[in-house]
Amino acid sequence: MSREVEDLNRRLLRARDAMDRFYAEPLDVPAVAEVAHLSEAHFIRSFRAAFGETPHRYLQRRRVERSMFLLRETDRSVTDICFDVGFTSRGTFSRTFREIVGEAPSSYRVGNGPMVAPNCYQMWATRPVVAAGVARRSSSFGDAAAATAS
Amino acid sequence: MITKLNVASIMVLNKDQALDFYVNKLGLEKGQDVKQGSYRWLTVRVPGDVTEISLEEPGPPVHDEATAAQLRELISKGALGGLVFKADDIRALYETLKSRGVTDFTQEPTDHFYGTDMGVRDPFGNAIRILQQGKVADKARA
Repeated sequence: MSREVEDLNRRLLRARDAMDRFYAEPLDVPAVAEVAHLSEAHFIRSFRAAFGETPHRYLQRRRVERSMFLLRETDRSVTDICFDVGFTSRGTFSRTFREIVGEAPSSYRVGNGPMVAPNCYQMWATRPVVAAGVARRSSSFGDAAAATAS
Repeated sequence: MITKLNVASIMVLNKDQALDFYVNKLGLEKGQDVKQGSYRWLTVRVPGDVTEISLEEPGPPVHDEATAAQLRELISKGALGGLVFKADDIRALYETLKSRGVTDFTQEPTDHFYGTDMGVRDPFGNAIRILQQGKVADKARA
């Protein structure tokens, strides 16, 4: 029994690593489910049980985190950064960024400069949770429900 | 005054498998391998280094079965600590690891202002980072 859980976790972790690695590519949940060798429905359910959020949300937050990194560290345009991190539409990027971070990409850039922590620590520790104050308005990320429940 | 890190430890699911990975794949050397009753004191270290990395398996007598099961779950989720090493030629090391059959890379060698680093997982889920402090970093400081 325990062996099965460990094996499943390990495959889910491998799928999560794939999102951290290939977020810039046109990656979607069915492709990530394949990394874990699970059906899409089983994958989504198991991933959520193991990591506390859906794979879609994990990937969105990784993409937003990487866009925050590029906004802080580079002079690339917001549109370029949107496509750099794997979003395919500027509208979805702006809406998702605002939902998670609580402000627009351009204003985030104005308020934040480069960090000194190594990149791996930034990826590990700065993947954003939904900003305070926007959770109530956010719907597609499910945090409002979680916040109400807790 | 503390002068050295003597022993660090990492939780693994199987000591034999861990030894194979850390020595035969990653290129560390075996340190201590001593049986004390049912306990096996097993360490690896960077060749020539003094710091031993103890490979620890959850289980009795240190952990009761329920605790051990929780730890095993956390290890396989990648939720426990990892190790960070330095290397002299990270791109060559990356090729070496691939040629030894390592596939679980979390990051290919990537340049940053402080150097070039890469990431790989051990067979159980622990994160291993390897850094080559680079010329880019030296230039930034100068």
